Amino acid sequence: MQTQFKNLDPPLRVAWGQALASIRVRFLRMLITSLGVALGIAFFCSMQTLRLGSPKAVGQSPEQMQWLIGTSLIMCLVGVTNSMLMSVTERYREIGTIKCLGASDSFIVKVFFFEALLLGLIGSLSGALAGTGLMAGMMVATGNSPSFGGSMQVVAIGTVVGMVMTVIAAIAPAIQAAKMPAAAALRVDV
Amino acid sequence: MDSVQKEVVVRTVDVVKQYGEGEAAVRALNGVTCEIYTGEYLSIMGPSGSGKSTLFNMIGGLDKPNEGSVFVNSVDIAQLTPKELAFLRCHTIGYIFQTFNLITVRTALENVTLPMLFAGLTPDEAEERGMKLLDLVGLGHRYHHRPSELSGGQQQRVAIARSLANNPSIILADEPTGNLDLKTGQEIIDLLRSLNQERNVTIISATHDHKMLDVSDRIFHIRDGVLALVETREELDRQRSVPHI
Repeated sequence: MQTQFKNLDPPLRVAWGQALASIRVRFLRMLITSLGVALGIAFFCSMQTLRLGSPKAVGQSPEQMQWLIGTSLIMCLVGVTNSMLMSVTERYREIGTIKCLGASDSFIVKVFFFEALLLGLIGSLSGALAGTGLMAGMMVATGNSPSFGGSMQVVAIGTVVGMVMTVIAAIAPAIQAAKMPAAAALRVDV
Repeated sequence: MDSVQKEVVVRTVDVVKQYGEGEAAVRALNGVTCEIYTGEYLSIMGPSGSGKSTLFNMIGGLDKPNEGSVFVNSVDIAQLTPKELAFLRCHTIGYIFQTFNLITVRTALENVTLPMLFAGLTPDEAEERGMKLLDLVGLGHRYHHRPSELSGGQQQRVAIARSLANNPSIILADEPTGNLDLKTGQEIIDLLRSLNQERNVTIISATHDHKMLDVSDRIFHIRDGVLALVETREELDRQRSVPHI
């Protein structure tokens, strides 16, 4: 008997369904991961919002502001990468099992892509709203209100930055795990 | 079975597998050549660290040998692209593990239907076939339970149903009774044997469990990475003077 190979990949909804099931069942774990993303993005957005006010009122030079924003971005990157790395590496065994069931490498990467996209959206949007809102609130109280349009722009930038970071931080280890021989992924114990 | 009529489903030629490099290198398999026939129930036995799990991984396309070749249905699996290998695992081989390895976030039915979705079935077709398979292993009534809500024996039954999802020609079972009590282990062995006889699916099982010997057509004894001895049913019956099963 000769095996006839066909180039089949399940429809995207199968990967989407797997990602949703994973988020639903690990809800609390996912909430903590997205909180990590949210905190990083909140810090980044609050710094961005601070920049919207008049430089005098803030009491920082433009260089100092750039330094602050740069630092906040790095902190945010470290937080997000750490959260996503943990959540992928603890699932090597699951990845190995799904490979045994006949999943292609790209299917596994798709599942993690969808998960990260959802987590990134929830975490970044809530973090961006909280960070921008809190900072804007404080600035209004000190009579240095940022413009509404500017604040919304910060929320949008924060959300996109957070989502891109989350997806990259999750996809990199997922690609590595998907390329491993199934036996090696099954052996990994975290 | 006459040797002329036997159809070879898996063939390994001088398979060598080495883990690690240099002085720390360990040769888990040191030139294993064997043939496995369609429809037989084969047990691979050997002490821990003898290389039986490594051989199991090689046959199942879960790992690639450093030297030598593994042919599954006459296809050299070392030559396959990752996509073709995934296709082979999906359609030709069903896996059962000692630790069950069900997808924890999915229900029993979803675990069974996942490989079918990989094979391109529609969700409705997959669900219908999945329910039939769960009925076959006696768990039709628990289809909506997640693995954490099932006992070890039940989880292994779901895993068996899942391994049959795409009507594979081979089922690979790595210590399927290793985490089960005696009675449940015997039930799983009986179930595997009946599937082997009714569906003519080849069962290859790496095991420590001597209960497996009673149902095996042949036994490979692996020692220190080599195939030390092959026993057939007839030889076993003669030794034990038990009736042929």
